[in-house]
Amino acid sequence: MSGLKIIVLAKQVPDTRNVGKDAMKADGTVNRAALPAIFNPEDLNALEQALRLKERYPGTTVTILTMGPGRAAEIIREAMYRGADGGILITDRKFAGSDTLATSYALSLAVRKLSPFDIVIAGRQAIDGDTAQVGPQVAEKLGVPQVTYAEEIISVNKKQITIERRLERGVETVSAPLPLVVTVHSSAPECRSRHAKYTIKYKHARSLGELQESSEDYLQLQKDRPYLLIKEWSVADINADLDQLGLSGSPTKVKKIENVVFTGRDSRILSDSDNDIEGLMKEMIENHTIG
Amino acid sequence: MNNVFVYCEIEEGHIAEVSLELLSKGRSLALRQKCGLEAVVIGSGLKGIEKQIFPYGADVVHIADDKRLYPYTTLPHAAIVKGLFEQEKPGIGLFGATSIGRDLAPRIASALKCGLTADCTALEIGDHFEKKSNREYKDLLYQIRPAFGGNIIATIINPDTRPQLATVREGVMKKEIYSDDHKGEVRNIDLKKWLSDDDFVVKIIERHLESRKVNIKNAGIIVAGGYGVGSKDNFKMLYDLAGVLGGEVAGSRAAVDGGFIGHERQVGQTGVTVRPKLYIACGISGQIQHRAGMDQSAIIISINNDPEAPINQIADYTITGDLTEIIPKMIKYYQKNSK
Repeated sequence: MSGLKIIVLAKQVPDTRNVGKDAMKADGTVNRAALPAIFNPEDLNALEQALRLKERYPGTTVTILTMGPGRAAEIIREAMYRGADGGILITDRKFAGSDTLATSYALSLAVRKLSPFDIVIAGRQAIDGDTAQVGPQVAEKLGVPQVTYAEEIISVNKKQITIERRLERGVETVSAPLPLVVTVHSSAPECRSRHAKYTIKYKHARSLGELQESSEDYLQLQKDRPYLLIKEWSVADINADLDQLGLSGSPTKVKKIENVVFTGRDSRILSDSDNDIEGLMKEMIENHTIG
Repeated sequence: MNNVFVYCEIEEGHIAEVSLELLSKGRSLALRQKCGLEAVVIGSGLKGIEKQIFPYGADVVHIADDKRLYPYTTLPHAAIVKGLFEQEKPGIGLFGATSIGRDLAPRIASALKCGLTADCTALEIGDHFEKKSNREYKDLLYQIRPAFGGNIIATIINPDTRPQLATVREGVMKKEIYSDDHKGEVRNIDLKKWLSDDDFVVKIIERHLESRKVNIKNAGIIVAGGYGVGSKDNFKMLYDLAGVLGGEVAGSRAAVDGGFIGHERQVGQTGVTVRPKLYIACGISGQIQHRAGMDQSAIIISINNDPEAPINQIADYTITGDLTEIIPKMIKYYQKNSK
């Protein structure tokens, strides 16, 4: 079995699980700046599956593909520290406002540019939207099968892959031909941590955007070691049709955003005293809520 | 107005609960828009399946019956639904936000280049005025869902593309018989029209399904724990309380992520929606995604060491303090007074 060409779709997301008081601006919009940006958790599960295949099948390459603002190069570097071979950041103002359909269009064009490929692996969903739509939509646009909610890639043999998937009420093992798109469930093994060797090797990996902002002289360094360059692709680089990108390529529109307002019920406040708790339980029994 | 379509899932020969709930919602959306309701069933051995669907108000049931179509695999189901939608041009298409619906609906949305909103917690019909184009849209589907970690509630619309697609979790919509006597038309789908052998390249080798032994959805009493319970060990106390009260134990997403409790017991937008007569929330802060799954409980008791916990604002009773002291007291005083 020769090496596989694997593309991992990953996203840098605001850490919506750690939302502080300053997360919302006074006008009711989300204050993205106040939220830490992290590697989307299930994309790390996906990366781990890719790295396991790389260990198992020599000659395998793992390329990270992400779309986002310039700072999203951080997650490509993070993936390289953990064992990925490199990555590409799709970044362009013209992508702004893309919904899942427009995003999957852009990603599928970038995957085509990297073709031929064997496996596209992505997390099941990103925590900022929880839609789980981009993986299947990319698969459809590439015209390849999809296997969603993977827990373990069991084997790859002669262009046939065997995968165990997590369903709501059980597990299912499927076989599918390559190439295909796989999305990985959070119950899959966690991603390994950074490897010292790769952390040193890729310490100076930078995207073009980061190089332009950096005061250090990386140019010579990157000339000597081209693997340190994190490529950036614009709309023009992937030959995208502008009508299918950003707001104009997004059929879903946000009509209204409401801040979550807590509508209070008449709440009775009790202490943890024996008296209060006994009173509560008596009341619940008397009104036939319990017992 | 074009019709509302519901993709119906099959579980052991029966239409899945979530699909019956969507048919009920679909019926009311169709009435509001003065259009028809159509169901799509794809599987194997489906003879007579329409009898389960008509009472929920479907005017047409489209059936694709072939032994290769059960259990579900993505490509053949996607090919049939895509073909059918292209031919019938629905105004709205609804799918369960299940392992199947969340695998299938995005594939359809991509193929038809139309909008899809996942995990809606409410669906309504309403108008929209687009300032930029000075255009008035009538009777759009408002797809309402919490977003961005539950800090906002977003209303999403698809003004220009059809069908308007949405997925909804089980238990969010209410299942209601429309009329026991309601009858519609059965249309058998001509499989050759949309299927090819290439659609069957993904093969299921093995399946292990657990039966629905955990049923928090229909529990009358739920003792739910959040991250504030602190450990899997502390969760045992919740099981004790649920045991004496005759209820079930559930958890918030944070508790599931923390490994305190299994995913099948998760309450909230990405879990199960429950409406028990009593919901005891232990160490649950009460983010909107959680509340979306339990705020219709008849009585809510919140136990939390933080008097400012958001859940307290929808609770009927709040007890401030250490739950490891409070829960044993509740057990003790229940047992003392119930006999």
